[in-house]
Amino acid sequence: MTADVEAAVSEAFHAEWGRIVATLVRLTGDWDLAEECAQDAFATALERWPRDGIPRRAGAWLTTVARNRAVDRARRERVGESKTREVAVMAAESDESVTAEEEVPDDRLRLMFTCCHPALTFEAQVALTLRTLAGMTTPEIAHAFLVPEATMAQRLVRAKRKIRNACIPFAVPPPHQLVERTAAVVAVIYLLFNEGYSASSGTDLVRRSLTAEAIRLGRVLCTLMPDEPEALGLVALMLFHDARSAARVNDNGDIVVLSEQDRTLWDPSAIEEGHLRLDAATRLGRPGPFQMQAAIAACHVSDGKTTDWVEIANLYDHLFAMTPSAVIALNRAVAVSMSEGPEAGLVLLDRIAPDGELREYHLLPAARADMLRRLGRRSEAAEAYRRAFDLAATDAERRYLERRLLEATA
Amino acid sequence: MRYLLMIALEESASSRTPEEDGQEMQPEYAAFMKDIAERGVLLGGERLRLTTDATTVRVRNGETLTTDGPFAETKEQLAGYFLVDCKDLDEAIEVAAQIPGAKDGSIEVRPIWEM
Repeated sequence: MTADVEAAVSEAFHAEWGRIVATLVRLTGDWDLAEECAQDAFATALERWPRDGIPRRAGAWLTTVARNRAVDRARRERVGESKTREVAVMAAESDESVTAEEEVPDDRLRLMFTCCHPALTFEAQVALTLRTLAGMTTPEIAHAFLVPEATMAQRLVRAKRKIRNACIPFAVPPPHQLVERTAAVVAVIYLLFNEGYSASSGTDLVRRSLTAEAIRLGRVLCTLMPDEPEALGLVALMLFHDARSAARVNDNGDIVVLSEQDRTLWDPSAIEEGHLRLDAATRLGRPGPFQMQAAIAACHVSDGKTTDWVEIANLYDHLFAMTPSAVIALNRAVAVSMSEGPEAGLVLLDRIAPDGELREYHLLPAARADMLRRLGRRSEAAEAYRRAFDLAATDAERRYLERRLLEATA
Repeated sequence: MRYLLMIALEESASSRTPEEDGQEMQPEYAAFMKDIAERGVLLGGERLRLTTDATTVRVRNGETLTTDGPFAETKEQLAGYFLVDCKDLDEAIEVAAQIPGAKDGSIEVRPIWEM
């Protein structure tokens, strides 16, 4: 197969998978059937496109193939049919006059809200979103979340069964629930991003691909909900972080802190899109936590020589007022230590309970260590670095802390 | 005097999968229903979907909290029930959240196993 056919199929997969599954879920009400038929459509494309050429409207082509497959399967399985299969036939047949490209525009949005329904566990929401909207396979998702394949398969089966048995609607929620339910969708996408972002670069491609999937899903959400400022804020935030991904780890896989990053490695197009999204969000005049975090991330990628820590500390104040959490308090303390000095930062750090929600979070002792080091309190700094080292989860983090510890004890 | 007869079973003890199960009523239950109907005591009865299809609803500080699964709190005991016919789970959750008991207890929303 030629490289351009392969590229075309892969591009179509990213662009069309969620759309095709969403359309088929609406038509058939059967999630497994929808996925299987979407899969069949891509297999058919791999077989036919090298021979017949790439269709001009690849999405419409794939949707038609998938839908015809659903109709065929439903006909074949009429013996001992279940209600959903029957629906599949009726929906598809009555719909035959409609051409495939006249997709109901809200299908993917409906699918997002159904996948992120609060009656499902958060883990199930995340897994379903990756499977049905992003088209990741069950083994890939299992691998990305470091759980056995059978566990992930079971999680997906259970979630789909609950959607069917408990009658979770395939719908965009009514206006009075929209804010809360949108927050759930945004939270799932952001978790995907973070799972990928926290994976050490290069060593684990499947996990890294989660950041790309998350950004893609975030952009889709923005297209489907153009007036939702938190969706725009989410995408801006992810883009600002992702723009720095090439610079945050060096060739040895070691962490490079922001102040030491080679800015020529940052991705200017991601930063530009981030600013456009954040500006669009701000114009809507409804601030929210994701817009606030994006504004902070924007300060970190500003093209000035110095980072505006006063502004960052100020933004953290606002963010803390919206969603008071220990992590935000920690970040605020770090920002204040940069704008007002390490003593002021330590005062704020002391207010965070060491045995509270951050008791196993290595960045709490790491931040303290850093402030103590800057104050020249070397033995206290070394002790805090050691504590951070013991709590760090990845090798790259441990190597970074080890270097700092050596500096402090040198 | 009316009584509620509650059936407790170990879900995991069933050897049939949830997919195979429940397409039709088990013959023993069909016979039992017939008996008590003839006796004139039957007011109604339904088989419930498994707890994996349950959703628990609580209202705290005016906010509706929804979780996957059945009652988890062992301190809480069954105190009453409503049987409602809603268009989907969202409507059922909305109705459940209006039950006064949702404010200090929890409401388990369990689908009826339609036969």
